[in-house]
Amino acid sequence: MGPSGTGKTTLLQLITRQLAPDSGQILVDGVDISTLSQSELYKMRQRFGVLFQNGALLTDMSVFENVAFPIREHTRLPDSLIRHVVLTKLHAVGLRGAAELMPAQLSGGMARRVALARAIAMDPDVLLYDEPFVGLDPISMGVIVKLVGQISDALDITSVVVSHDVHDVVAVADYSYVISDGQVAAAGTPEELNNSSSEVVKQFMHGLPDGPVGFHYDAPDYAKQLLGESPD
Amino acid sequence: MLRDIWATFIGFLHGFGAMCLFFLRLLQYTPSVLYKRFSLVAYQVYNAGALSIVIIMVCGLFVGGVLGLQAYSNLERFNAEDTTGIFAGFALIKEIGPVITALLFAGRAGTALASEIGLMKATDQLSAMEMMAVDPLRYVAVPRFLGGVISMPLLVAVFTAIGLLGSHLVAVELLGVDVGAYWQQLQNALDMEDVMEGIYKSIVFGVIASLLAVWEGYNSVPTAEGVGRATTRTVVITAIAVLVFDFMITAWVL
Repeated sequence: MGPSGTGKTTLLQLITRQLAPDSGQILVDGVDISTLSQSELYKMRQRFGVLFQNGALLTDMSVFENVAFPIREHTRLPDSLIRHVVLTKLHAVGLRGAAELMPAQLSGGMARRVALARAIAMDPDVLLYDEPFVGLDPISMGVIVKLVGQISDALDITSVVVSHDVHDVVAVADYSYVISDGQVAAAGTPEELNNSSSEVVKQFMHGLPDGPVGFHYDAPDYAKQLLGESPD
Repeated sequence: MLRDIWATFIGFLHGFGAMCLFFLRLLQYTPSVLYKRFSLVAYQVYNAGALSIVIIMVCGLFVGGVLGLQAYSNLERFNAEDTTGIFAGFALIKEIGPVITALLFAGRAGTALASEIGLMKATDQLSAMEMMAVDPLRYVAVPRFLGGVISMPLLVAVFTAIGLLGSHLVAVELLGVDVGAYWQQLQNALDMEDVMEGIYKSIVFGVIASLLAVWEGYNSVPTAEGVGRATTRTVVITAIAVLVFDFMITAWVL
């Protein structure tokens, strides 16, 4: 968790090596991911499921084909078995009935659920969510929050959720980090964070408009700027 | 001023070098894509080639007709209207067929490719593929590139054939050039070398137009504005590159 622009998504992209680090190490399951070759990296990525902010479904394929895509690419399963797997995954997110729709026909919440089904299609060890709760109506949001918790428990996998939505993260998280200015400002269970004495964490957890993260963007002195000469 | 020009020049070299590397990677993946994902390539031949056929045929007919008119009205002054077929045929086969087809291709298929890839990038589809351990270069870029490369010579052939028909319609049916003279003169004058020149050009233009479209899409800024700009750049740069290469190939062949 953390305010906008503090590097949450960047951190997620570093973990999956969509971005290469300028310095330092990124250990994923004990392996430094920045030293892997492309084929090793792709092998590693098969153990990840990533849920993008807007779903990122492939627009020229149906919902069914989207979920089947990683299975077809990485296995040689017969079509009948792929059908079974895909329908199971779609059922888990409640969209078995939408299998034949195209991505353009889905609402935002549905698209994200399909993307979730696709992310778990290969039974990953780690699921990474980039802002899964942004821009959804309360019902869809409730569904996604429930799914995030459920899938994590049912498949017994590690879920990493990047979000600035305090309440929903608190509802599903076992352990949270608050990031501010590229640094970890606090870490702990949701209750520990709620009772934290750090100013940044307090401001963030309780949504205060002013605090260490200032209300005003950096600017020259107000009176001077108004009364002084204009630069041009 | 000089410094700006120098910086622009260095920027151009950077971009050009990156594009050459991109081109080499496309070529590197070409055999495996042709072997393993031929259905994707075939779909792109349909997408870039078959969907461009209407515009190519209509334009070919009218360009051929204009050539017939111009050739006839000029040659008539020297009582040489029987050689209309040579004039129109040579122009179409060696120059106008490949060049205009490439320009039309850039406008119809190149923009479609660039904007499609750009949009896939802007909506995270390319990143999503990477995260699913599918190389978007192999899955998206190479099939589209190959689709364009295969389509272009075929489209040039269609354009040229329809163009010859168009000039035949104007010169023979409308203006009364003798049909035997029209085709016989062309057949006598035309060598295999002339046809090959057109084929070389069509292959080179196919590579240029497809490469630029895929490159611009793949490297577009992933926003609505960036995709629009990439589309425009595709047409502009392809037009310049095609005309420059046309001159160089013609100078080399002659």
